[in-house]
Amino acid sequence: MTAAQPRSTFLSALHERLGARMVDFAGWRLPLQFSGIVAEHNQVRTAAGLFDVSHMCQFALTGSDRVANAQRLLPIDAAALKPGRNKYTFMCNEQGGVIDDLVIGNDGERLFVVCNAARAERVLAHVTEHLHGACALERLADRALLALQGPQAAALIAKLAPEAEQLFFMDSLCSRIADSEVRICRCGYTGEDGFEISADGSAAVALAEQLIADGAAPAGLGARDLLRIEAGLCLYGNELDEQTNPVAAGLAWSISPRRRREGGFIGDQAVLAMLAEGSRRQLVGLSVQGRLPLRRGAKLDCGNQAAVGEVTSGGWSPVLEKPVAIAFVESAAAKAGTQLAALVRDKSIECEVVSLPHVAHNYKIRPRKPAGN
Amino acid sequence: MSRKFTKEHEWIEPADEAGCFRVGITDYAQSQLGDVVAIDLPEVGRQVEAGGECAVIESVKAASDIYAPIAGTVRVVNDKLADAPELVNQDAEGAGWLFEISGDIGSATDLIDRAEYDQHTA
Repeated sequence: MTAAQPRSTFLSALHERLGARMVDFAGWRLPLQFSGIVAEHNQVRTAAGLFDVSHMCQFALTGSDRVANAQRLLPIDAAALKPGRNKYTFMCNEQGGVIDDLVIGNDGERLFVVCNAARAERVLAHVTEHLHGACALERLADRALLALQGPQAAALIAKLAPEAEQLFFMDSLCSRIADSEVRICRCGYTGEDGFEISADGSAAVALAEQLIADGAAPAGLGARDLLRIEAGLCLYGNELDEQTNPVAAGLAWSISPRRRREGGFIGDQAVLAMLAEGSRRQLVGLSVQGRLPLRRGAKLDCGNQAAVGEVTSGGWSPVLEKPVAIAFVESAAAKAGTQLAALVRDKSIECEVVSLPHVAHNYKIRPRKPAGN
Repeated sequence: MSRKFTKEHEWIEPADEAGCFRVGITDYAQSQLGDVVAIDLPEVGRQVEAGGECAVIESVKAASDIYAPIAGTVRVVNDKLADAPELVNQDAEGAGWLFEISGDIGSATDLIDRAEYDQHTA
């Protein structure tokens, strides 16, 4: 990796105008905070916040063999992904390690993918290497991505694109706002209801300014990290990497039943073996005694058993008003209620294994159809 | 002696007890740290070296080391911070003080006055 100048998003100038404290993140210059991390977090939990997530990599798979290509790359049933539907999934290497986690959607004539900024080059190279048949990869570098999150997000999006209010969680549509084409997906990374809006870069500043004028609080990476830890959501590089099996990281739920039976995706042998055998270690939540937050890398002991795990992400929960963490622990110590001790500097901090999320999700889930007809 | 500052964003001034010095972080430092959620203060009686790690301030952003500006012994810590770490945000250069050290002010290196400190953070 070279120490290249961080890239600006289409919104960087707007952030600086709004008084953001900027940081370099995954090769991009992004806002860490505007009014303050806790204040922004509270806005998202109680009203609406607006994040610039344009650093994330957006790309499309097109051509008549796009579904077959997705089936090879991902453990979802891409053939069953209807237009307007999206799935959270992950991409594995041959050994079953996670190359990246991502969201893929069916836009009708194309599959639309959003993956992590820090993994963009690796993902694009991996997809390109495995492309087959009539399928092309198109990176959508001219597009911005805004995440409007919080209980008031639906009311705000309805002012600009009324049809988006009808979407359910993980549904998407293509529409126009102020004469510019947008793609809106009801999803996010905070545990709250919300929308990710992919817009042409030239229209992004006006769109962000409109949403802020309507009441969305600009929010930065600091708040985003607290929100996703509370929501128990994985961050690539913390909970996921190419040495981590997705089953251990608690992502088995995202593997489609058909792909569990049939395999056929890159890394399937290792992933299906771990599904059958169970994982030696598991990702869990930790509820922490006292006020000292646990940070990434803190070692965990269980009774007189040393080093049964390690904290992967930790921080302060403004909702629970105490520290919370996510950790990998050996399966024997992964049961909710297990008492652990974390070593922070020279102190032993008591904590208890809890199920994730720390703070309940607030998604607008599509009602299930009645069974049996 | 009036209040002095370090380039690591601490302030130090004589405490009520003779030979004791009270230490805190500057208002500029707290504004950079953001919301403080916990403070890991040293144990009373601990020997510290000038420039040595002495406490840790945990903000929502990160853990930040606090250094002892002078060599000596920790005599008192600010007990109010255990339940109200936000005092550091609200009044860093007053009620949000951290600890007091008994020791030799001469052991400090590079103490600067307010004007010089303000220039340092400008």
